[in-house]
Amino acid sequence: MSVADPTVDVLPAEPKQDVVPTIGSPVGGGWKSHLGSLLFLLPGAVWLLVIVVYPFIATIVRSLFDGSGTRFIALGNYKAIFSTTDTIVSLKNNVVWVVVFPFLVTFFGLVFAVLTERIRWGTAFKTIVFMPLVFSATAAGLTWASIFFNDPHTGVVNAAVQGVANAVNPPGLYPVDTSAGESVGGLAATGVESGPGGTLQSKSTVTAGGTIELGLTGISPTVLQQNHATTARIPTSSNGAITGLVWRDFSPSHPTERGQVFTDEDGIAGLHVALLSADGSVGAKTTTASDGSFSFAGVGSSAYRIQITANNFQAGFNGIFFLGTQSLTPTSSLNPTLQAILSLPIVDIAMIIAYLWIWAGFAMVVIGAGLAALNREVLEAAQIDGASEWQTLRRVTVPMLRPVLVVVFVTMLINVLKIFDIILNMATPSSQGGASTIALDIYNDFASNNGQGLAAAFAVILFVLVVPAMLMNLKRIRG
Amino acid sequence: MSAVQAASLPAAKVAPARRFRFRPSRIVINVVLAAVAIFWLVPAVGIAIISLRPESAFEQSGWWTVFTAPAQLTFSNYQKLFSAGFQPGGVLDSLTTSLAITIPVTILVTVIASLTAYSLVFGRWRGRTVVFLLIVAMLVLPLQMALIPVASLYNFVGDTTGVKIFGSVVGVIIFHVAFGLPFGIFLMRNFYTGIPHDLLEAGRIDGAGEWTLFRKVVMPLGLPAAASLAIFQFIWVWNDLLVALVFLANNTHETLTLYLYSQTRFLSSNYWIISTGAMISIIVPLIVFFAFQRYFVRGVLAGAVK
Repeated sequence: MSVADPTVDVLPAEPKQDVVPTIGSPVGGGWKSHLGSLLFLLPGAVWLLVIVVYPFIATIVRSLFDGSGTRFIALGNYKAIFSTTDTIVSLKNNVVWVVVFPFLVTFFGLVFAVLTERIRWGTAFKTIVFMPLVFSATAAGLTWASIFFNDPHTGVVNAAVQGVANAVNPPGLYPVDTSAGESVGGLAATGVESGPGGTLQSKSTVTAGGTIELGLTGISPTVLQQNHATTARIPTSSNGAITGLVWRDFSPSHPTERGQVFTDEDGIAGLHVALLSADGSVGAKTTTASDGSFSFAGVGSSAYRIQITANNFQAGFNGIFFLGTQSLTPTSSLNPTLQAILSLPIVDIAMIIAYLWIWAGFAMVVIGAGLAALNREVLEAAQIDGASEWQTLRRVTVPMLRPVLVVVFVTMLINVLKIFDIILNMATPSSQGGASTIALDIYNDFASNNGQGLAAAFAVILFVLVVPAMLMNLKRIRG
Repeated sequence: MSAVQAASLPAAKVAPARRFRFRPSRIVINVVLAAVAIFWLVPAVGIAIISLRPESAFEQSGWWTVFTAPAQLTFSNYQKLFSAGFQPGGVLDSLTTSLAITIPVTILVTVIASLTAYSLVFGRWRGRTVVFLLIVAMLVLPLQMALIPVASLYNFVGDTTGVKIFGSVVGVIIFHVAFGLPFGIFLMRNFYTGIPHDLLEAGRIDGAGEWTLFRKVVMPLGLPAAASLAIFQFIWVWNDLLVALVFLANNTHETLTLYLYSQTRFLSSNYWIISTGAMISIIVPLIVFFAFQRYFVRGVLAGAVK
């Protein structure tokens, strides 16, 4: 048996016999075997009583006392939990997980289990999808954090988004990052001023046969190098043409002098420039050469300003902050409690994807085992009766798989009720408050000075939430 | 469906197209699943490559650039982490701490669960059903229900006897064993109920004691289940963060998950440590997984109740 062919005998156990196996045999054993088998029970029983049963009761009692554990406050801790914004956020996040995750993981498990039966490399596929199950949620969370990194240079998702964004809306060669406090107008140095709509324009006009010099500053040598800029050169004037130069007006040898073109200054290469008429309309366009020079031929007799167009300075895509708690639902106009309830932090989505990556293989294998145990004759009968594959899946396979699907669903439900590690490791520390869950609050309260009463109450809430699953298990076992 | 069957169903074939026809071609299924497989591989491949790139490369360019410039791959991150040796707080010390917790827990859970299950199945004391149902109820009990009292208990023992359990490896082990037992007992019991009682009765007639019956009859027969349990337990404990976080508090030795977590406060500047540490932490369970795949899958299937 391997991941590829889980066989029937390992299905989630329904006891083969009744819970009371046999009536004791009349022969052999006697009091010695009686005592012997009770002794076998001892270590397990003691362990469970001391570390599970007693603490269980003690926690319920503890939840009725205040932080220091000395004063009885009845349901005070519970009231606090349901009336504090921070804890409501945690409850809300747990609801998001519980509503979304078990459904998604069961769905993907079913789809994968059904589809892998039809490919030749099913074993390889199952191994690949199952493998993340050995990742700790810690390692997986940190791994996925790197996938979602903010910076398109390091995070693969943002890199992909950037690829698309830049194809649709290409950034300029000289991007100006307004979010970092830079401005296009700040680049103007010599003979240049801010124009409308993020453009720059020459202060003076120029006519055919004239040459104009436009100095910019605040452009890094690295960017110029990337754009293959060479030493600035003032073009010779020519009849009937407007010529000019755009250059980096900063000379390392003369750091304070502006307006003069020194030999250690570079032209600004690849810059889009256009003719700007007196009425504000934009005429012919061209691009500067590597030495920063440009030329408009056949311009007639009117006077023009030179415009440096806005697209030169357009900033590129800077990355989406997937690991923050920026809400996907607009809630800013609401009161804090409603905000807490209705906000959907983007990091929840990122974490749900990461957690699916871990657990889809589990769902696939358990459902696959159920699928393998199905009575093939029923399926074939359905097809002989003319049912399409989709109908067979919808009306025969899924209903027959129902018990297994329920097991997967409930297992995942319990799992995400207690969700903890992935949040601690994936949400950035500053956004953990907004992504917090019950289990995270329990830990934080536990570790805080006076929070143990709250932590106990929270644990009891968690327990109450798993009670239905507990009853379901009991019912299943008793048959 | 085979071609023969399809051929014998002309009616179904010729029938006018129905609204819903779930008959994606083989090519479509292959393409879709290939895309899914790639999606599943990307994070693991990504973190492996990040760990194999120089520390300085991380902020400068994406890991995917190795596909065009494979020369940047290096083991320097691993060398750096390993060169710190076994001092507390280092990755090798964390590796041994994780082993020092995981191995005893695995052994204890497997042995004690087997004994308890034996008593539940082959013992003749009254109330076995009730005890078993209690254990089933414990399967889904959140361990958060035990944190505060157990911590107090550990502190109490520490104060009265001077034996420090809170903040020690022993405390972590004790807690893990307790919360591993319900599932262990459940799994072993279900397996043992399939063993014919006649086998034991024969042994009893021959005068074998309970211990002998357990050692010579039941335990060997139950080995596959014990193996599943052990593997499952091993990976479960190896991957734990919460219990270690609470009960190993302030210890200079950390488990691997704690080691990784402690680096997250400086996520991007420490990512070379995180990626390398994550790889080291994954290697052990990955080996266990591939070596004992079938047992692990069996444990997972049985564990679909936890």
